[in-house]
Amino acid sequence: MALDSKIPAGSLAEKWSKHKFNLKLVNPANKRKYDVIVVGTGLAGASAAASLGELGYNVKAFCFQDSPRRAHSIAAQGGINAAKNYQNDGDSVYRLFYDTIKGGDYRAREANVHRLAEVSVNIIDQCVAQGVPFAREYGGTLANRSFGGAQVSRTFYARGQTGQQLLLGAYSALNRQIANGKVTMYNRSEMLDVVVVDGKARGIVTRDLVTGKIESHSAHAVLLCTGGYGNVFFLSTNAKGSNVTAAWRAHKKGAYFANPCFTQIHPTCIPVSGDHQSKLTLMSESLRNDGRVWVPKEAKKGLKAKDAASIPDTDRDYFLERKYPSFGNLVPRDVASRNAKYVCDEGRGVGATGLAVFLDFADAIKRDGRSVIEAKYGNLFDMYKQITGDDPYTMPMMIYPAVHYTMGGLWVDYNLMTTVPGLYALGECNFSDHGANRLGASALMQGLADGYFVIPYTLGDYLATIGWKDKVDTNHPAFAESIKSVTDRQEKLLSIKGKKTVDQLHRELGLTMWEYCGMSRSEAGLKKAKQIIQDIKKEFWTNVNIVGSGNELNMELEKANRVADFIELGELMVDDALNRTESCGGHFREESQMDGEALRNDKDFFYVSAWEYKGEGEQQALHKDALEYEFVKPTQRSYK
Amino acid sequence: MALTGLFLITFLIIHCTINAMIFLNDGGVTFSHWGHFMGTNPVIRTLEIGLVAGFLIHIFQGLLLIKKNRDSRPVRYQVVAPAPNSTWYSRSMGLLGTLLLLFLIMHTAHFWIPNRANQFATGEELNLYQMMLSIFADPLIVALYVLGCISLAWHLLHGFWSAFQTLGLNHQRYNAIIHFVGTTFAIVVPLIFALMPIAIYLNWVN
Amino acid sequence: MKLTLKIWRQKSNSSKGEFKTYIHDHVSPDMSFLEMLDVLNEGLVKKGEEPVHFDHDCREGICGMCSLYINGRPHGPLQTTTCQLHMRSFKDGETITIEPWRAAAFPVVKDLVVDRSAFDRIQQAGGYVSVNTGGVPDGNAIPIAKKIADEAMDAAACIGCGACVAACKNASAMLFVSAKVSQYALLPQGQPESKERVDKMVAQMDDEGFGACTNTKACEAECPKSIKITNIARMNREYYSSMFTNYEVTVSGGGD
Repeated sequence: MALDSKIPAGSLAEKWSKHKFNLKLVNPANKRKYDVIVVGTGLAGASAAASLGELGYNVKAFCFQDSPRRAHSIAAQGGINAAKNYQNDGDSVYRLFYDTIKGGDYRAREANVHRLAEVSVNIIDQCVAQGVPFAREYGGTLANRSFGGAQVSRTFYARGQTGQQLLLGAYSALNRQIANGKVTMYNRSEMLDVVVVDGKARGIVTRDLVTGKIESHSAHAVLLCTGGYGNVFFLSTNAKGSNVTAAWRAHKKGAYFANPCFTQIHPTCIPVSGDHQSKLTLMSESLRNDGRVWVPKEAKKGLKAKDAASIPDTDRDYFLERKYPSFGNLVPRDVASRNAKYVCDEGRGVGATGLAVFLDFADAIKRDGRSVIEAKYGNLFDMYKQITGDDPYTMPMMIYPAVHYTMGGLWVDYNLMTTVPGLYALGECNFSDHGANRLGASALMQGLADGYFVIPYTLGDYLATIGWKDKVDTNHPAFAESIKSVTDRQEKLLSIKGKKTVDQLHRELGLTMWEYCGMSRSEAGLKKAKQIIQDIKKEFWTNVNIVGSGNELNMELEKANRVADFIELGELMVDDALNRTESCGGHFREESQMDGEALRNDKDFFYVSAWEYKGEGEQQALHKDALEYEFVKPTQRSYK
Repeated sequence: MALTGLFLITFLIIHCTINAMIFLNDGGVTFSHWGHFMGTNPVIRTLEIGLVAGFLIHIFQGLLLIKKNRDSRPVRYQVVAPAPNSTWYSRSMGLLGTLLLLFLIMHTAHFWIPNRANQFATGEELNLYQMMLSIFADPLIVALYVLGCISLAWHLLHGFWSAFQTLGLNHQRYNAIIHFVGTTFAIVVPLIFALMPIAIYLNWVN
Repeated sequence: MKLTLKIWRQKSNSSKGEFKTYIHDHVSPDMSFLEMLDVLNEGLVKKGEEPVHFDHDCREGICGMCSLYINGRPHGPLQTTTCQLHMRSFKDGETITIEPWRAAAFPVVKDLVVDRSAFDRIQQAGGYVSVNTGGVPDGNAIPIAKKIADEAMDAAACIGCGACVAACKNASAMLFVSAKVSQYALLPQGQPESKERVDKMVAQMDDEGFGACTNTKACEAECPKSIKITNIARMNREYYSSMFTNYEVTVSGGGD
């Protein structure tokens, strides 16, 4: 199938407004005849479900948590970008567009990104109207800060809990529609399959996680808003429950998966403390504004933070400042992460595991005084102390990179529709706006843009085109078939009764991905990883042990279902990384570098990789969705 | 609870003020003068009905509250360690209230009921001052009265500011004042009350 | 470290539960409390026993999913969420009793997992500003004093974990409800619906079977996000003001 990204013609600034006019509308009286399913209730899902409910569609929303308010969007700290130019510092829609395209290392679509920048301003207005308590200036106007190395202050924030406040805003709008009866909410329900009839998405099959009941739901369209797949690495900053299952099952039903190897690794996370580690905690990258990153020049095995002061300045290697004199400790996330890995690979890492570098505030405290540092980072320092037991006021922090965000996801066209008609993907679970690398404070923007301001228009076009009579109900044999395949798979998992726990196998997968498909990737490593992942898959399906039954709350079964999908996704990520022999954004191929820096290859890789599922055990087929840049000229990044 | 509580607090002020007249040590002249006023003035007598109602409503509401709150947690915890999060007396208002109720029964049986009964039967008031002198000659009764006053102190220590909180009468600028007045009230009023039986028993007043 | 764990086990809402004792001798002081339970569970699964079910998700103290009543206190001995509690807060050899949140409005689903959907229903009763997507004024068209915005943010920081209910001897949800009511009561966006909001949310709270507030302040002391009981007073004020000063309207309904 040839990919049609459906990008409208015309000048960049007019594309979206023209497109909106060209989209068909559903008659207000007919809207109530359409059913829409929304899977996931994070920023994208909650905002979409609420907005569609307001328009009059009948919405069914699903989340696996006990409440829509718990979706992992809630954990985003920093803020949300918007081209409001409230600060009069030269920001504009075009500048936000340009920064996002450039930050994505020229692997995102121009038209999508420009639309994102355009609607960013509406998002802020919408959230304010909902009562989101954004930070304010004394005069009562909205406050902004500069974030992630941006040259302008365009980031809106609600303390260090912006994601939480935006999600609670969307959740409140969703609650209003639930109370109105326009949205029916299914908590603790996990989507396990998309039902496709005559080539169109017609509904989903879910498991009620409390009773174990497998249920069918039909609709005119299905929206997946199910977040990213960072947990394929086992350890990441994602929530424990974050998973790829919904997206992966959709992929198996015909939705192409785009750029799976594009993952973002965040440099300032709290390092692993032992085998028991279950997740990694991110600390705001603002810490790098004042902290200096270093390791000892000579390897010092097991060096503790409290002994760091005994290393004289002459024996320290401030490696970011040394290699990147102009940007120093403020180099982008991928560069900072990779260099931390290099010094640890050289054996110069610190801490008990040797997988950490110091982030030292001693100079900043000496320069500005403790109170200034406390005012800026007090809560982060407290959090660090809480988790590690070390006091960062008296000794350096230890940090190490961790998987944070996945730019890849289901392939979508300009309307956010996947390659399966009627099946949409919004927010982190699509691939569309961040290219090979996401800028700070842009994830929240994209999730809400998709849910509040894009899907209400583009979905209407599809629904008006098919008409309300074009629906199948859950008695259709396709639903029974889907239920059977889901049930069979569950029975199979429960009957293996092997020796290894789900977590054990997940950890093995994660370590493999991290080692060979993490911050730095090579052909030999990736090929090795592919073999290991296939072995893990074999072992999983013959030797996993799941206690309990399928007709009750069974968290081991839930995990097993998700890990089985992660294993398959892991293999696809490796395939994608193998195919893309260039380095770009979060994807660094050791074969493609110049003077130790990432080298992009626009001649051969100026496209989005979209992978088509070909059946169990088959090599997936690669489709190249060529990127066409009309307005921006790609350049090579340099931070030296 | 809050409204009736505050109403009963105003009663305590009057009750305490008049009873404190015994410390004038004038053989009960002033005390009896005001006692007579309180016992015969038609306005006060009418208000007295409100007072009795206030007590009954406060008690009845309290019992309902205890019931509702018990029902809200049908399965109890195996281990509870509330000491770090709240004071014992704030959690024991029901218990303190019950002690106060028992005290109230004893106290009204000593004074108010016989007096009103006599008024009703004969139209004459009893000499409350003399009654006090004789009742508080018994050390056991004095001890029970002191215990009643201690219960009252703890009850007020939580109840006073709590009533303001429940009514939403709360402002950063005035919270400190409310707390100060509440604490002072909870100490001073029961202390004065407790001093009466003690003073009589020890013959400081005769 | 070696610990003795007394954990509430209950197969489902309809079955009877009981405490079971586990000896756990693979505890590191650097583990979070939930990681300690992960390790316990991994051992149980290897032995073919059912793992202990407990709610958790983000493990960074913001999603509000983790619960656990630990040694008589919600979220354990520190004023934080269970996922942010680390084993260095306990002594080697200690016995730890772990119970689910207990409240009529939070029925047990399984083991330590409880159903907190009552909170969702309270929010659905009025915890929103009725604005549709689009058609809203510019963000700066609604100036809000910094102090008010900050105070609203303090209230809005609630993560809905239910520790306030668990801590309260009356299983009262006043802190949770008042945090939302306060946020909107403080902000101008919340004014048009302020009277209905507090009415409906309080009515729903009562319907759910939560207890009444007796101002013990236990909720405030245990709240992992330090929500203040000032919010409860503010909600009470809103409630009475709604009761006594509701709109004086003589014409009902709209019309052309």
